[in-house]
Amino acid sequence: MPKYELVLLKNMMQPGYTGSLKDYEQAGGYQALRNTLGKIAPTDVTGTVMKSGLRGRGGAGFPTGVKWGFLPKDYQGPRYLCCNADESEPGTFKDRQLMERDPHQLLEGIVLACYAIGAASAYIYIRGEMVLGSKILEHAIGEARAAGYIGNNILGTGVTVDVWVHRGAGAYICGEETALLESLEGKRGLPRVKPPFPATHGLYNKPTVVNNVETLANLPHILNRGPEWFAGIGSPPKSTGTRVFCVSGHVKRPGNYELPMGVTVRELVYEHAGGMRSDKPLKAFIPGGASAPFLTPDHLDVKLDFESVAAAGSMLGSGGVTVMEEGTSMVWAALRLMEFFYHESCGKCSPCREGSSWLVQTMRRIIAKRGQMQDLETLTDLCKNIAGRTVCAFGDAEVSPIMSTLKHWRHEYVTLIHEAEAANLIRPESTGARH
Amino acid sequence: MLRDKYRAEIDDILSRYPVKRSALIPLLYLAQREQGYITEASMTEIAGLLRLTPSQVYETATFYTMLNLKKVGKFHIQVCKSLMCALVGSDTVIGWMKTKLGIAPGETTTDGLFTLTAVECLAACGTAPMMQINDDYYERLTEEKVDRILADLKATGTSALKSGPYLWPESVTVKREA
Repeated sequence: MPKYELVLLKNMMQPGYTGSLKDYEQAGGYQALRNTLGKIAPTDVTGTVMKSGLRGRGGAGFPTGVKWGFLPKDYQGPRYLCCNADESEPGTFKDRQLMERDPHQLLEGIVLACYAIGAASAYIYIRGEMVLGSKILEHAIGEARAAGYIGNNILGTGVTVDVWVHRGAGAYICGEETALLESLEGKRGLPRVKPPFPATHGLYNKPTVVNNVETLANLPHILNRGPEWFAGIGSPPKSTGTRVFCVSGHVKRPGNYELPMGVTVRELVYEHAGGMRSDKPLKAFIPGGASAPFLTPDHLDVKLDFESVAAAGSMLGSGGVTVMEEGTSMVWAALRLMEFFYHESCGKCSPCREGSSWLVQTMRRIIAKRGQMQDLETLTDLCKNIAGRTVCAFGDAEVSPIMSTLKHWRHEYVTLIHEAEAANLIRPESTGARH
Repeated sequence: MLRDKYRAEIDDILSRYPVKRSALIPLLYLAQREQGYITEASMTEIAGLLRLTPSQVYETATFYTMLNLKKVGKFHIQVCKSLMCALVGSDTVIGWMKTKLGIAPGETTTDGLFTLTAVECLAACGTAPMMQINDDYYERLTEEKVDRILADLKATGTSALKSGPYLWPESVTVKREA
């Protein structure tokens, strides 16, 4: 197995490392903060991050420095940083590890980001279910505040940054940045129409940056070791740095593996995650969380970077790789994800709200062997009328399991329908559009 | 009344936000902690505290799955049923739970001890199948583990099998040293 240098998971992989302030400082923590605040101009910090090529690790992969640069330069009022810790994408569980095992790494990143964008307040919007994570973060904030890394006049530099943990209450959509802001304002987590973007009209209508946990955790390392170092890792020039890949499903050792971007799926699955858990070959995988279209064994040598995965017809998204072995019903797998999206649709846009219900009903009918051939056209038609017709990307995400399984495993749908016809199980009520 | 009992905590929550309404979810959690679920009376009181209309509080409270608007058992068991957990056996765990507790998802045992819910993704796919009981995660579930957890909860109200911080991939350290 090739050896790679760990960056984000390095500290926590050391025996006895607890994630306490003392441990973090001993590992060189808060050096970036000491060397940056008051010593490097905020615009230069943004410039460094731009030069590093760091792209958002939450899913969309937007260049972080560029996002920061969108904030109005001359605005005098308050600005906000929101750390998106609402990790809810099925297949993704990296942020939880980063928060629970090395909370100060994230806090240092948050303070650095606040300094760069001129924000005095940061909110960590953590998914409500992660009670332990929120307690660990609150404890770490207390430690950092006592040590002068958070609060008024940080280390005597005159910089003020306050950080608070805000627990969500169970809604996948709140990982979408504008829905997160609505939720943080005490409302239903419904995405906002963009533009205006959060950079100008964000939290409380003020300039705001929303960054993912893993994105922020990278900042201390970029500032310590320089943008060239970071830009030299992975698949430059567009996919730089490492990525914490989450591997789940039918592998021997599911878990998080930090590797340079551009590692192949084959290496990730067969070398790092120990290969398939049984002797059955790999049948399908999702390369970037539930929103990413399924891929086949033909794509095992696809590099896990933004461009290569996109070229293969999917997306790197949140870095969640889910593996399925031979024998898994792809219609069933698509239905399971569809049920997730149906449950989590916020209801704001009709195509998504109504469409997800129709998709689930039609899929359930096919699985129950009460489907017919025209259902496949119905599914395709529904997907085409949902994707791209909603306020946020949820609509595109929810059609990806069905569209991709229909593309690669259409025969499985057809087989189920043929079985339904052979068994003469089609009931009158299932032939129309009735639900 | 929440205001009388938790004045300091409420003030602390309010102090974190420049706009009062942001304190809504934290205050709903406070109400839920007090009574096990969120009553209409507490929603009305919170509306008064934040200068909102009761319907503004209801519209937020009804959106989120973790805010219980009706009573749940002392132990709220939420088993993940999403694809990643289902691939490695969450349906078996739910089936086992149903047999052991004699209730279906969405129901509460007659002694009021356990409520069973099948939920969507809890972001612990690498340690699937998993479930959450009240504030705690329980991961890499097997039928034996489920039996022990239920017995522990009945006997002592807690279980040593609950997860701490994120679990490492099994045997990964051994492999890396090799």
